[in-house]
Amino acid sequence: MTTNSPSKVHVTTTINGQQHELLVPGYMSLLDTLRELIGLTGTKEGCLDGNCGACTVSVDGRIVDSCLVLGAEVNGKVVDTIEGMATPEGLHPLQQAFLEEAALQCGICTPGFLVAAKGLLDNEPSPTEGRIRHWLAGNLCRCTGYDKIVRAVQKVSD
Amino acid sequence: MVATYETKTDYKVIGNSPIRHDGLDKVTGRAIYGGDVKEPGLIWGDVIRSPYAHARIKSIDTSVAEAIAGVFAVLTHADFPQADDLTIDTGEGTVNLRRGQSNVMADQKVHYKGHVVAAVAAVDRNTAQIAAQAIKVEYEVLPAITDVDAAMADGAPQILEGLIGDHLGENVENTNVARVFRHEFGNVEDAFANSDLVIERTVEMSMVHQGYIEPHNATAIWAQDDNLTVWSSTQGTFGVRSQVAGLLHMPESKIKVNYVEIGGGFGGKTVVYLAPIAALLSRKAGGRPVKLVMDRSSVFEATGPAPGGKIRMKIGVNKDGKIQAADTDLMLEAGGFPGSAVGAAAICVFACYNLPVSRITGYDVLVNKPKSAAYRAPGSPQASFAIETVIDEICDELGFDKIQFRLDNAAHEGTRRGDGVQFIRVGLEECLVAAKESDHWNAPLGEAPAGKARGRGIASAYWMNGGGKSTCDLMLQDDGTVMLNEGSADIGGTRTSIAMQAAEVLGIPVEDFHPSIPDTDTIGFTGVTGGSRTTYTTGLAAYNAAQKLVVELKTRVADLWETEARNVEFADGTFTANGDSIGIKELAGKLDPTGGPATSTSSVNLAEAGNAYGVQICDLEIDLATGKTDVIRYTAVQDVGKAVHPQYAEGQIQGGVVQGLGWALNEEYFITDDGAMANRSFLDYRMPTSLDMPMIDTIMVEVPNPLHPYGVRGIGEVPICPPLSAATQAVKEAVGKSFYSLPVKPGRILEALNGD
Repeated sequence: MTTNSPSKVHVTTTINGQQHELLVPGYMSLLDTLRELIGLTGTKEGCLDGNCGACTVSVDGRIVDSCLVLGAEVNGKVVDTIEGMATPEGLHPLQQAFLEEAALQCGICTPGFLVAAKGLLDNEPSPTEGRIRHWLAGNLCRCTGYDKIVRAVQKVSD
Repeated sequence: MVATYETKTDYKVIGNSPIRHDGLDKVTGRAIYGGDVKEPGLIWGDVIRSPYAHARIKSIDTSVAEAIAGVFAVLTHADFPQADDLTIDTGEGTVNLRRGQSNVMADQKVHYKGHVVAAVAAVDRNTAQIAAQAIKVEYEVLPAITDVDAAMADGAPQILEGLIGDHLGENVENTNVARVFRHEFGNVEDAFANSDLVIERTVEMSMVHQGYIEPHNATAIWAQDDNLTVWSSTQGTFGVRSQVAGLLHMPESKIKVNYVEIGGGFGGKTVVYLAPIAALLSRKAGGRPVKLVMDRSSVFEATGPAPGGKIRMKIGVNKDGKIQAADTDLMLEAGGFPGSAVGAAAICVFACYNLPVSRITGYDVLVNKPKSAAYRAPGSPQASFAIETVIDEICDELGFDKIQFRLDNAAHEGTRRGDGVQFIRVGLEECLVAAKESDHWNAPLGEAPAGKARGRGIASAYWMNGGGKSTCDLMLQDDGTVMLNEGSADIGGTRTSIAMQAAEVLGIPVEDFHPSIPDTDTIGFTGVTGGSRTTYTTGLAAYNAAQKLVVELKTRVADLWETEARNVEFADGTFTANGDSIGIKELAGKLDPTGGPATSTSSVNLAEAGNAYGVQICDLEIDLATGKTDVIRYTAVQDVGKAVHPQYAEGQIQGGVVQGLGWALNEEYFITDDGAMANRSFLDYRMPTSLDMPMIDTIMVEVPNPLHPYGVRGIGEVPICPPLSAATQAVKEAVGKSFYSLPVKPGRILEALNGD
């Protein structure tokens, strides 16, 4: 299938709680592995050089820019994406807060912000405004000016 | 004819902030954006771009690329049909089809670094990239022209060969200035001679990018019957349809553009780049679906930017605080092809002031940089920076209060804008008064910590807003919910702000609306989401469609009650006649015997839009050792007419402010002497992050727009304009130095500080 990349890597990984067994081209990023091989397009491509954060996912509980990680690297690891954030019980409180606080406009950066913000609150349930702004500085949003995003995270951390 | 309305005040729906209808899909990752489109048999395209800013293409050798296994098609400009030499509207600008085609794929010359030269389609993205890089192009490199001075110099090489400039009505050959135009009333020389103080300054600014996080993308299927289907991130599906049709010389009726969610546009996604390439690649690849996604450095190098350039500004004033005259030369960079935002800049430049004498001269100047595109109030931020810089100096020089001076000279109903248009009811004075009474303006700046200095700046700005064409369809369901179709790309919650206007008319909760944005075969023509037109114009279509539905439903009620429709009254969601009453939801379940489903549709074409004004106050703090600026408090005052959805209205203002602050303090195209953009990544093109910004306070003033039944004004664009000067004047107050070049970056501040 991939003419110029004959070598593929056998990868076993858990994505949003579901085990996947994949043959990943050696050059392929985790971002494209998620989007192209598995079809999880909620994780977005913005820059492919680790500067916008639109492709933020969690690997073994740590947030990463999935464009800078190879698909082959998540063998044996646990990957969580935006598609895994809501549960059968409902939206994650951050998702609900983003809706209530109008913390999204175009929405392209939203999955990355939500995964990043969850990464913060999972470890620090009561961050200051400054801490939230510092933590989210790796995620660019061009629509909101960040005000309502920060307020949405504050709403959940209170 | 322009309709005007009595102002309504007793709202049920308008003025609340319901959760947007598309919100759930966007917080769960389910929403489908252009890059997420997946069709059976999809293959990928890629392009090769010029490494030179200005060069003649001597040859293109595609043989190696074609021989690579997995390559289905290779495309050069020779594969394009000849486009008409015709200029069409793109919603927030225009494009000449023949030149537009040369911008999509270079013909004989490349006009900027990153200009597309050829394209391929291959089995996957990786193979397409490898094949594109295997295309060999020979160039004859020409000198790059990188600023307006060099472009306008005598003997400058001509960038667009054959361009005939229109200079105040005269045809001029061998020029890089596509157009010179003037708006003038009164005698400026006499008025300056009679002024107590005349200040003349020239300001400069670099190109800046819209910076949408989603890169451009397009997917196309050219079917065997020559019908073309397109998916593309765009501010308007119909704009894509008309541009692709023109650029590929085919009838619009053969093209269907599907709506996909758009990851930011700010004007930059009103122009097509990849869709015609995807279409022709699909045709050459036997009708396979072909997808292209632009890489970020190409987004910077080859799409968007707002024009940089130079503005000369001269203002005469008397000691009594009245402006006597103003004169400006606006020289804006069009980029590699004609068509900068200088026309809109000329409309906006003096629009905050009531001027007795005025002269505005605009120059549309080609340079070897990407063809500029609309960016949020195109032309107005640059113009606002120029005039507000000089106004601030006048106030400093003569000791005028900066708000009172603006009030004493404020444009109001009846004032003539610099291009001659007379204002209807506008809200600049109300904004200035609100700023004057604001907590921010009356609060002390506070003591700066050691090693730092603080300053406060204020600036005002204007955007005329847009009207144009929009369509909305309504279908009342048996259960009393409403299906609503409309044609406006939703970049910031407009599905909801549009539905709210129909909900207000019908007395049905907006949560019971199901708004959709269908493809171009399924909804009537609707212009781009741009010009701050969407909530105003498509909202008015929704209002009209709802009114029509009420008329229809009155006939149904009359049928049920065996009376005449003229006897049926409708208010607050309830129909009444002769003592009987029925709610609209209950009625919805009883329509079958009255003729079945009740639907309505409305298309509008609005010539005027009302106007938008903003006044903003910026406090910032400067580290005197590093020149780093921190905005510590910011207040944006804006006349919003009527805030349909106050949360999202405020969000528009906050987002615009932060883009404007990036423009003022950090963002620029850093262009090398050979015309390359040195900072073509998000790391080096430094847009504001969450860490750089404070909360942005807003004061929404509501001066109803007489052109809309709910008083709605466009709000999206004007907030980006005032920060350029407000931040710059704050720096001036902090360090005691004036700045005439944007951005006011740390290096420039340090240079000024060390200049003593």
